[in-house]
Amino acid sequence: MSPDGITMTHNEKLPGAADSSNLDPFVGIEFPKLEMSLRRPRTLFSFLMGGVVCVMTLMALIPLFSVVLMLVWKGGQKLSLSLFTQLPPAPLETGGGFGNAILGTVVMVGIASAIAIPIGILCAIFMAEIAPASRLAHLVRFSAKVLTGFPSILAGVFAYGALVLATGGFSALAGGVALSILMLPTVILTAEEAIRMVPSKMREAAVGMGATQAQVVWMVLLPTAIPGILTGVMLAIARAAGETAPLLFTALFSNYWLTSGGHPDIMQPTASLAVLIYNFAGMPFQNQVELAWAAALVLVLMVLATNLLGQALSRHQVQHN
Amino acid sequence: MADAGSISQPPSSGQKLVDSGFRYLCHGVAWLSIAFVAFMILKIATGAVPAIRERGVGFMTGTTWDPNKGEFSILPEIWGTLYSSILALIIGSAFGIAAAIFLSEGYLSESVFSVLEIFKAEHHPVLGRLPEQLENLLKNLIELLAAIPSVIYGLWGLFVVIPLVRPVCNWLHGHLGWVPFFNSPLSGPGMLPAALVLAIMILPTITAISRHALINVPPKLRMAAYGMGATRWETILAVILPTAARGIFGAVVLAFGRALGETMALAMLAGNANQISLSLFSPANTLAALLANNFPEAGKNEVGVLMYAALVLLAITLIVNIIGALILERASAGLEGSK
Repeated sequence: MSPDGITMTHNEKLPGAADSSNLDPFVGIEFPKLEMSLRRPRTLFSFLMGGVVCVMTLMALIPLFSVVLMLVWKGGQKLSLSLFTQLPPAPLETGGGFGNAILGTVVMVGIASAIAIPIGILCAIFMAEIAPASRLAHLVRFSAKVLTGFPSILAGVFAYGALVLATGGFSALAGGVALSILMLPTVILTAEEAIRMVPSKMREAAVGMGATQAQVVWMVLLPTAIPGILTGVMLAIARAAGETAPLLFTALFSNYWLTSGGHPDIMQPTASLAVLIYNFAGMPFQNQVELAWAAALVLVLMVLATNLLGQALSRHQVQHN
Repeated sequence: MADAGSISQPPSSGQKLVDSGFRYLCHGVAWLSIAFVAFMILKIATGAVPAIRERGVGFMTGTTWDPNKGEFSILPEIWGTLYSSILALIIGSAFGIAAAIFLSEGYLSESVFSVLEIFKAEHHPVLGRLPEQLENLLKNLIELLAAIPSVIYGLWGLFVVIPLVRPVCNWLHGHLGWVPFFNSPLSGPGMLPAALVLAIMILPTITAISRHALINVPPKLRMAAYGMGATRWETILAVILPTAARGIFGAVVLAFGRALGETMALAMLAGNANQISLSLFSPANTLAALLANNFPEAGKNEVGVLMYAALVLLAITLIVNIIGALILERASAGLEGSK
């Protein structure tokens, strides 16, 4: 083979390879010919494609920065403490806030968590520990995977059919149930993964000491896997808090606090930040649009904080083999 | 039996009872979750039954939606759903796979490394870790795109994307109006802004799964190609991409499923117009957006019809998602075999 056919790409440079010129094997090789030359079409193509890929990756990040900048710029202007305590304004009214929407989001995500987290973790224990190879475990895993791609609006359609029609009205409960469907697969899949990551010698030691399966789960597996499980829970909560479609016709919207006759009441239409953004974004009033931006900023901060908390927890995951 | 002095003891009968109770509980909850999914699908299906009986297949082939006349059919919405998803998939796949290649080939860490080499700092305790950290940061930034709620993308699309693309679109319409894709002006919401925002939303899915597939290509394949004198892109195109093709294809199919079911960005940006058009700039509607716009104020008649539309959406996305999940399962099984 002639040396002309050999082309080196620069990622094959090994540290220290350049100063070994006193060794014999390199005698007689014309190094300039081995170097990457952009005059050859194939190396030029390789170089150009590298540039294209780099530019495309940077372009993919433009929307992220644009969204964040717009949120800070447009939402930041409006941000004040009164937003968190006041009710949404009527058209043409000035001022106002979205305190009830924040409360509504928290309440509905709370209801969803109360349903999805226990079910999800118990399913994960079943799949990772009780009967890992059973047909039921495969079925649960497969349906959880399919459910991750389930259109969120269909969760709303289901909750509408099952709860809104049955109880005769839009309610925070229906919204919470719809959100729980969207949280469930994330909780199941990440909790299963976290439990499987627990080193097998730990559970074998517990079994060897005569622990029952329930004791192994409660005293060894869950305490060890808890950071990983919480990461999944946080991701699920972050996703649920930002969901709009399933709330549109289950919780609807409300301009008032979540009470009836002075008592908290989850069986009535409930405001949420996401639906508020959707409703106000399409209104022709300046004040409402500004409120939508401010609500978007608050929502993104809530979602990002939850996400970051989850990622921080995942770093505490025990990792030894 | 354990010795009296040993710390190991056989479980007491109470502990055994708790144990079997706990196992039954887990078993029961696993069944419950399956029953929950089945109940959900059944609930939507039974809600749609009266409308299916009344309207049959004609519901999916007609083009009018008029609650006042009681005429409902969803062909424009099915068209809009598929058209917007395919457009988003073309844009999203191009950028998503490019980003996956950029991340998995170590372009960034390599260039940072060579910069460090110039300053002779490549083995510095803090700076030496920089290439790896920057690459991680980039990966997390792209994943962050998925963390932003879709309604915020909708808001951003309304106030940033539409004003930005409108002059370009109307120039294209003015000069190239005879091309079917450009044969109407963009008056506000329309197919193109909706598809663009949708592409941004599915990009993280494509990048994350494709990157995973690319990283899992056995290193010896890459080394063999380099050893034969292939350039980096010859290696990528001839060896790495074909090996990871199934994983990437699975990613694209799953992203397609996401795009089909995405609601908010389309409800806000597609324009809610009941028409079939090839034009990128004309307003359109999708199944999910139709549900979002009509459910809150639906009368008893309309609810049945909307359930039928929901069932159609469910069927389409379920098929696409199951295909995607199966492809990915096979892809990872195939790669494990070749290691």
